[in-house]
Amino acid sequence: MRTIDQLLSEAPAFSGMSSDQLELIAGCGLNRVFEDGEYVMREGEPADVFYVLRSGRVALEVYMPGRGALTIETLDHGELLGWSWLVPPYRVAFDAKAIGTVHAIAFDGACLRGKSDQDTELGYELMKRIVPVLVERLQATRVQLLDVYGGPGPV
Amino acid sequence: MTAAGTDSAVLEPTTPVAYRVAGKRKEMGDTWTLELEPVGDQRLPGFLPGQFSMLYAFGSGEVPISVSAIAGGSGELTHTVRAVGAATGAICDARPGDQLGVRGPFGSVWPLDAAEGGDVVVVAGGIGLAPLRPAIEQLIAERDRYRAVTVLCGARSPDEMLYPSELQDWREAGIAVETTVDSATGDWEGRVGLVTKLIPLAPFQGERATAFVCGPEIMMRFVAAELRGRGIPPGRIHVSLERNMQCAVGHCGHCQLAHLFVCRDGPVFALDRVEPLLGVREL
Ligand SMILES: Cc1cc2nc3c(=O)[nH]c(=O)nc-3n(C[C@H](O)[C@H](O)[C@H](O)COP(=O)(O)OP(=O)(O)OC[C@H]3O[C@@H](n4cnc5c(N)ncnc54)[C@H](O)[C@@H]3O)c2cc1C
Ligand code: FES
Repeated sequence: MRTIDQLLSEAPAFSGMSSDQLELIAGCGLNRVFEDGEYVMREGEPADVFYVLRSGRVALEVYMPGRGALTIETLDHGELLGWSWLVPPYRVAFDAKAIGTVHAIAFDGACLRGKSDQDTELGYELMKRIVPVLVERLQATRVQLLDVYGGPGPV
Repeated sequence: MTAAGTDSAVLEPTTPVAYRVAGKRKEMGDTWTLELEPVGDQRLPGFLPGQFSMLYAFGSGEVPISVSAIAGGSGELTHTVRAVGAATGAICDARPGDQLGVRGPFGSVWPLDAAEGGDVVVVAGGIGLAPLRPAIEQLIAERDRYRAVTVLCGARSPDEMLYPSELQDWREAGIAVETTVDSATGDWEGRVGLVTKLIPLAPFQGERATAFVCGPEIMMRFVAAELRGRGIPPGRIHVSLERNMQCAVGHCGHCQLAHLFVCRDGPVFALDRVEPLLGVREL
């Protein structure tokens, strides 16, 4: 069976990280399985965990009164789920629901923040890897807001 | 592929030929597929994947619409039209038996021959799948000429995904088909996110791949950047551009894009010819 640091090195966001640092991060992680339909996180609850998805799909949902749950993004194998653990007030922003069985590594955010405070090199390395994911998501969200498929046609 | 029409030699590209709506199918809310057949003896020459016709709804206007299926020489024409204004609205309102004026075929084609021997990745956004469908059908018909063939489709919502049953048929015919939507409610279990997110997962090798992209221009810009990031040279990324048109034969200048006429030099262009012109504010 592969260890958490081995599994972690396979996620694009962590590939190429030194084995020492992977080991330190892995110390804050444990394997989790979510069944189809199970909520991985619920909006508003304390955000003390983030996940690296090993298999399966997770839907990020917002509840819209009168319309029900609206899925605004799905995350798949290798992707990171959750960044509210990084910034106060550490509250989950969206519901996250498993579609099919999901295998993930769960990381204790407080543990990672603590290790990063002590070992700023590790903290910086972690930020360098998480920030591009956040920027990519922000850009994707901006483009989604443009409603590209419904917008005006020829110039 | 050869021209299907017997009288094509005598046809003037500026004179519409009368076609009748032989069949009509609703694809989604405001989008219909029309099957057209010639009213008299005159019929247009055969269309190739990527080409378009000028469809004239009497009294409402004439608009460029791509061919969305190739009829194999029967003289029938298939168009998938989204009603966005006066002319497209009138075309979508046409009932079986009603007549439309049709000119064509016009424009450049998806260069399928040039993609032979390599991987092919087709990226469609919204109704952009319509002009790509004849190319996909040909890729499937000649599957052994290509290596990995992948179709990536993005739409606003699951209800607005064009040709859903064909997507499944194409999978069964041995090509990879992935879809994603901007947002979803209900029991959609597929992906939600930008079509660009599908590109890193697609099974192609950039250095031997050719891409065909059609959709809103802003989507094509983001897709092109991602495809280049995966190593496809801009000369092998082909996009289909839309500009307002009038004559469709390179005379009136309505569709001019710098030194290019979209009707005559396009609508399908290699990215290296048009990349600096995409997203230019005033043209
Ligand atoms: C080469 C080429 C191939 C095309 N192929 C197809 C096709 O296969 N199917 C198809 O449905 N359309 C296609 N189009 C687009 C189609 O030609 C236009 O939608 C049409 O010209 C609009 O004319 P209209 O009179 O109906 O609307 P207009 O009165 O000209 O426009 C009404 C409103 O709709 C907006 N609009 C115009 N065009 C579009 C558009 N394409 N998408 C979204 N909003 C738009 C305008 O900005 C305006 O606000 C193609 C265009 C080109 C250049
Ligand atoms: S439409 Fe007249 S030049 Fe292109």
